[in-house]
Amino acid sequence: MRKNAFIQAFVVAGLIASTPLAMAASNLVFCSEGSPAGFDPGLYTTGTDFDASAETVFNRLTQFERGGTAVIPGLAEKWDIAADGLSYTFHLRPGVKFHSTSYFTPSRTFNADDVLFTFQRMLDKDHPFRKAYPSEFPYFTDMGMDANIAKLEKLDELTVRFTLNQVDAAFIQNLAMSFASIHSAEYAGQLLAAGKAAEINQKPIGTGPFVFKRYQKDSQIRFKGNPDYWNPDEVKLDNLIFAINTDASVRMQKLRAGECHVTLFPRPADLEALNNDPNIQMPSQPGFNDGYIAYNVRHKPLDQLAVRQALDMAVNKQAIIDAVYQSAGQLAVNGMPPTQWSYNDSIKDAAYDPEKARQLLKAAGIKEGTEITLWAMPVQRPYNPNAKLMAEMLQADWGKIGLKVKIVSYEWGEYLKRTKAGEHDAMLIGWSGDNGDPDNWLGTLYGCDAVDGNNFSKWCDAEYDKLIKAAKRTTDVAERTKLYQQAQVILKREVPITPIAHSTVYQPMRTSVKDFKISPFALNAFYGVSVE
Amino acid sequence: MLSFIARRLGLLIPTFFGVTLLTFALIRMIPGDPVEVMMGERRVDPIMHAEAMERLGLNKPLYAQYLDYIGQLARGDLGESLRTRESVWSEFLTLFPATVELALAALLFAGSLGLIAGVVAALKRGSLFDHGVMGISLAGYSMPIFWWGLLLIMFFSVGLGWTPVSGRIDLLYDIEPVTGFMLIDSLLSGEEGAFLDALRHLILPAIVLGTIPLAVIARMTRSAMLEVLREDYVRTARAKGLSPARVVFVHGLRNALIPVLTVFGLQVGALLAGAVLTETIFSWPGIGKWLIESIGARDYPVVQNGILLIACLVILVNFVVDILYGLANPRIRHQK
Repeated sequence: MRKNAFIQAFVVAGLIASTPLAMAASNLVFCSEGSPAGFDPGLYTTGTDFDASAETVFNRLTQFERGGTAVIPGLAEKWDIAADGLSYTFHLRPGVKFHSTSYFTPSRTFNADDVLFTFQRMLDKDHPFRKAYPSEFPYFTDMGMDANIAKLEKLDELTVRFTLNQVDAAFIQNLAMSFASIHSAEYAGQLLAAGKAAEINQKPIGTGPFVFKRYQKDSQIRFKGNPDYWNPDEVKLDNLIFAINTDASVRMQKLRAGECHVTLFPRPADLEALNNDPNIQMPSQPGFNDGYIAYNVRHKPLDQLAVRQALDMAVNKQAIIDAVYQSAGQLAVNGMPPTQWSYNDSIKDAAYDPEKARQLLKAAGIKEGTEITLWAMPVQRPYNPNAKLMAEMLQADWGKIGLKVKIVSYEWGEYLKRTKAGEHDAMLIGWSGDNGDPDNWLGTLYGCDAVDGNNFSKWCDAEYDKLIKAAKRTTDVAERTKLYQQAQVILKREVPITPIAHSTVYQPMRTSVKDFKISPFALNAFYGVSVE
Repeated sequence: MLSFIARRLGLLIPTFFGVTLLTFALIRMIPGDPVEVMMGERRVDPIMHAEAMERLGLNKPLYAQYLDYIGQLARGDLGESLRTRESVWSEFLTLFPATVELALAALLFAGSLGLIAGVVAALKRGSLFDHGVMGISLAGYSMPIFWWGLLLIMFFSVGLGWTPVSGRIDLLYDIEPVTGFMLIDSLLSGEEGAFLDALRHLILPAIVLGTIPLAVIARMTRSAMLEVLREDYVRTARAKGLSPARVVFVHGLRNALIPVLTVFGLQVGALLAGAVLTETIFSWPGIGKWLIESIGARDYPVVQNGILLIACLVILVNFVVDILYGLANPRIRHQK
């Protein structure tokens, strides 16, 4: 009797307790995967940081359409590109208000001074704000913008001009990326005067669809809808709450229990249960990523084309997709995904043929039992959910053609350091697109300029490099498409890599969530999203 | 007694330096540096890398870095996180109340249930209940925390819907942090239902974190009680005609509690260690989770000083236990 009374009391207490703001339909809880390092997008490189700042609090001059790679106007209403492709004039959107919060009240609307502050801080190492709050801007540097922007001028209150040293066909796309988020110069000035420059990274002020309210480390980030947003139709939520959960299985349980509306990165093992839950919808799309094997062409015997061809045709890609990606992936043929414009779909994969591969190796003088190292990433990535398993499958595949494969793995930081230094023979790696431009794949990953960086094959082909450089230096899309398609033919012919798969991206959410769009850049934006 | 305390205090100094040296060395033995970890697959611009390492003071020789670190500690400065650039002390203060709240709840759960189970098992020695308690406590002691936590979530949260899956409170309650203790802050907020909701969120994590201490306390209480119940003074008490309850609780349990309380003290360290996993499973924003993420990000100041603060806490608890022992047992006090 007593036991029953206890259980009843427990259940009643539970029912009483579950009646918070839940009745307010315009709250959305997003189960995110980690704590952001800060709220100044220029300082960071990961989606976790960008979701919490760039996608909520900030806008950029240009922006990517929701769920796509096309660039549309943001804080710049329009722009003119000079005939020589070296200068870009941006006409800024008038009347855009910066956020009013408990820590800042703007006295003016957005203008050219804000654009100048944002970029000059990243360009000028002696900028007063940078002196007060020493920082590096890794993404800005990585995209080569520090070296390529020659001059930035304010033509009038609502017009700015960038002058470049060299034509960069992806310049407009680069400006739409998270790191180029526009800060308030007025707010920065106030922080500087008060000796609190560091607060730019803790108490953000932007023009974006959501206003920062509060952050509790490892627990939650709270935003409220921006009532003064310049595109009011896109603010459909009163409150946006990030509930931070590092464990993927716990995120899925929270979603199923109705404790959050949207989450991300489900484990392949959870997909079936999520699909069978009537309260959950799970839109998916082919990932804007590429998981591949990079062959170090500076190491013997991988310096021989025939050996790379043999390894390539001995890979049973379909088996890998079934086992490693649990069928949630597309077989990859090229060094970039098919959704990237200029993708060359006339290129075909070499047929899986272990016997022919064995003959190729024999003809190349490779003895039975020759050992090569295959480096396996120690971490899970969108482009490769289980590198260890993939390495074991490749070990078996290449074992069938007479090679002895030694699997090597290091902690992630060390793995990258050593592979960038070229210690590997073959390695597993991949990439998720940054800005929707083909150069972000074909130049960044396989170009001669990247051999000391993320060109893990250390492959430098003069003919290929000439094509991708020419493509980067013209703004004619048709011409660029032609050049990139030719470059892809060379990439396939020379086999510095074996593309394996483009993983399918799933975004589980409650059925009450409307109009959420999956970002090809693995970002999570909640403007335009509503909860019924 | 004063010389005893002085001896104990004297031992704290080498322990403190040992901890600083160990954490300083261990985190640096893990390959990779904070800038490389942040850049991931991206190109690490050598100039930017050098500038960042200089700004962070990581380009100096190791001995100079260590001396800087000790100098910083001497000034009472715990430095700032390389990743978030917030002061380590303020991050610790934000997260520590969550860990303390969880640890206290776990200790309450383990202590109350463990004592009762241990006493009853001792009284009914050899019975089915005794064997059950011993078996369950052995299983509890060997339980992998991660698996146990997920199992409870699957059953109680997803299956029955009785408890929330994770977190400290339903995030639709907008609770302003005042003390950092959610149970107190939810009461202070005045929001209807917030306190009960916070309590519901505490149940499963406290059970998971308290499982191992529960097993230890139950077994310890049982064996201590068995020993005490055989003592002459218990037999005398019974012979005097005292009620069984008085014999067990006043003459038995009070004496059996001495070793059990020692175990309670030792469990503080175990609870902090166990909190790392429990906090991860239940997205509990405490110091365990903070340290794990900081190790991944090679956030040297957070790892060094976070561990140092925890070590100081454990040292302090042990110091107090030593002193109390000294007070309770003169034989310990006079040992040279």
